Amino acid sequence: MNQRQPWFSVRKVLTPIQARWLTLLSFLLPLLIWSTVSYVPFVWHPKIEISEPGGVSWFQKGMLIDRSTFTAEVDKAIDNNMALPEGLRANPVYLPAPHEVAVAFYSAFTTEPKRKSEQWLHESLWHSVTIIFWGFILSSIVGVPIGILCGTFATISKVQEPFIEFFRYLPAPAFGALAVAVLGIYDAPKIAIIFIGTFFQQVLIVANTTRKLDPSLIEAALTLGANRMQILFRVVIPGILPDLFRDLRILLGWAWTYLIVAELIGTSSGITWFITQQARYKNFDNVFAAIIMIGIIGLLSDIILAKMSKYIFPWERSQNKA
Amino acid sequence: MKHLELPSYLEQNERVAKRFEKLKKRDVILEVKDLYKTFESQQGSVTALKNINFKTYRREFVCVIGPSGCGKSTLIRILAGLETPSSGQVLLDNEPKSEPGPDRGMVFQGYTLFPWLTVKENVMFGLRMGKASKANAESEALQWIDLVGLSKFSESYPDQLSGGMKQRVAIARALANQPRILLMDEPFGALDAQTRFKMQTNLIDIWKNIDITVLFITHDLDEAIYLADRILVLKAHPGEVQEVIEVPVPRPRTPEQFLSPEFLATKKRLEELIHPPEESDDDGLNLIRMTRIGDDVEDIES
Repeated sequence: MNQRQPWFSVRKVLTPIQARWLTLLSFLLPLLIWSTVSYVPFVWHPKIEISEPGGVSWFQKGMLIDRSTFTAEVDKAIDNNMALPEGLRANPVYLPAPHEVAVAFYSAFTTEPKRKSEQWLHESLWHSVTIIFWGFILSSIVGVPIGILCGTFATISKVQEPFIEFFRYLPAPAFGALAVAVLGIYDAPKIAIIFIGTFFQQVLIVANTTRKLDPSLIEAALTLGANRMQILFRVVIPGILPDLFRDLRILLGWAWTYLIVAELIGTSSGITWFITQQARYKNFDNVFAAIIMIGIIGLLSDIILAKMSKYIFPWERSQNKA
Repeated sequence: MKHLELPSYLEQNERVAKRFEKLKKRDVILEVKDLYKTFESQQGSVTALKNINFKTYRREFVCVIGPSGCGKSTLIRILAGLETPSSGQVLLDNEPKSEPGPDRGMVFQGYTLFPWLTVKENVMFGLRMGKASKANAESEALQWIDLVGLSKFSESYPDQLSGGMKQRVAIARALANQPRILLMDEPFGALDAQTRFKMQTNLIDIWKNIDITVLFITHDLDEAIYLADRILVLKAHPGEVQEVIEVPVPRPRTPEQFLSPEFLATKKRLEELIHPPEESDDDGLNLIRMTRIGDDVEDIES
């Protein structure tokens, strides 16, 4: 085990230590870039934050001014022999520094909503999760069986898939207005958008996964005396389950990408309401924190599902080792 | 070099001749009548099988051998009901068969075990498809697993087994349905030579001890002679029965017989049938052209 694995060998598995370092690096690199832009003044910092207005009448303390405007005003002040304005280089308000976002992670949860009717952040987040959950579950209840049937029976495939193939090109948000008209302004149209965004892809992907099942397993079952229903329930479905589970994990990730659009439909709600509200108040640290939270929830749920699959499908475990 | 004096492969000693006489008085299990199979392709139709006729008797071991492309796999798939013939009939116990069924067990070259089921559950599969209760199926499956010597692995998943073990499970799974005939499509083709030999011996032992007729496809001449009572030799383009050879090697078969005169005579005949000397469709190797000046190309074999 002491043998050193080179970092770049074609299609070779890395050692666990190498893999862990690289995983860490994949998160550290963007953070490093962000920190550099935020903390090292000469990298970007296109603005000047005024600390002393001097003789410039319209400057105020704490104002962010373009650097070119600032130098022009300084030149003017020198020409007119006025007190010089002072300031430090700063980034625009929409790029908060990492530590500000880190603080916002905590403060966003503890900040009381401005109005009684408004929700705390954790309530908003939970609301978003339930929208995703229902949209995805409803889509799966219909989509997975149809997908399996399409993948198993050519007749069903031909009668379903051409239309679905067409429909999946229609952008789900385009149905927003229609969804509100039919389903009202609260959660129902949002769930409908997640459903539309997931369902059509789901049928096609599940059908494809079903078709990829080794046909010789079906032939073996036939020679063992299985009838059509037994083939479907005893061979096809158990045979594709691990792949189906993987498909659903990927589709769940896609469902999250429809969330923001879905939540803007009707009365804006959930994490989207929080983000748009905070952007309006120019609390961009809170906006960043909320966006990163979505990422963390998505990643965590995926990791949990991946771990779960190892326990649900014990026969797959030996394959992964090989 | 002096050639060995081999007897004719048609010569049978008294015991062997008597055995064949008795065998042919047994019931006919499988009968193939005037079987044709043509495939339609864009280049036109290709005849894969032409006018196949043969019978297998109860508890007989028949091997089908032939060059690649002779349609032996198509033949066994038609027998199993997985493909339909263009014309002709497959009779099992005098009943025509066109659909797959548990009366014809099949062992594929690619194992085809269900990866989500344990060894025991795989062997139970066919029994559960029928009317057998779970408890009955389980106890029966365990007996079959014991027969193929895998009792210790009954709770393992197929991926944890070696190729030879997987194929033993596949044999147990097919036999558990108590089929009239066991169809085997190059079952040991993917195994290494030593494992293959062990599996052949195991298979003979199983076959001896139960009431089963075997139809075994192979391209390995030794395998065919070692296992079979009769060998059906196919020829390619189109696939036709060239000869049915009654193997003159007496039973019980042992590894020493590989060098016996009857064995070698049969092998010589098979070689003649499968690799006829006049047929050669390539130019051989023109290696001498590929050597550089200064290379040592003197005949190393002399």
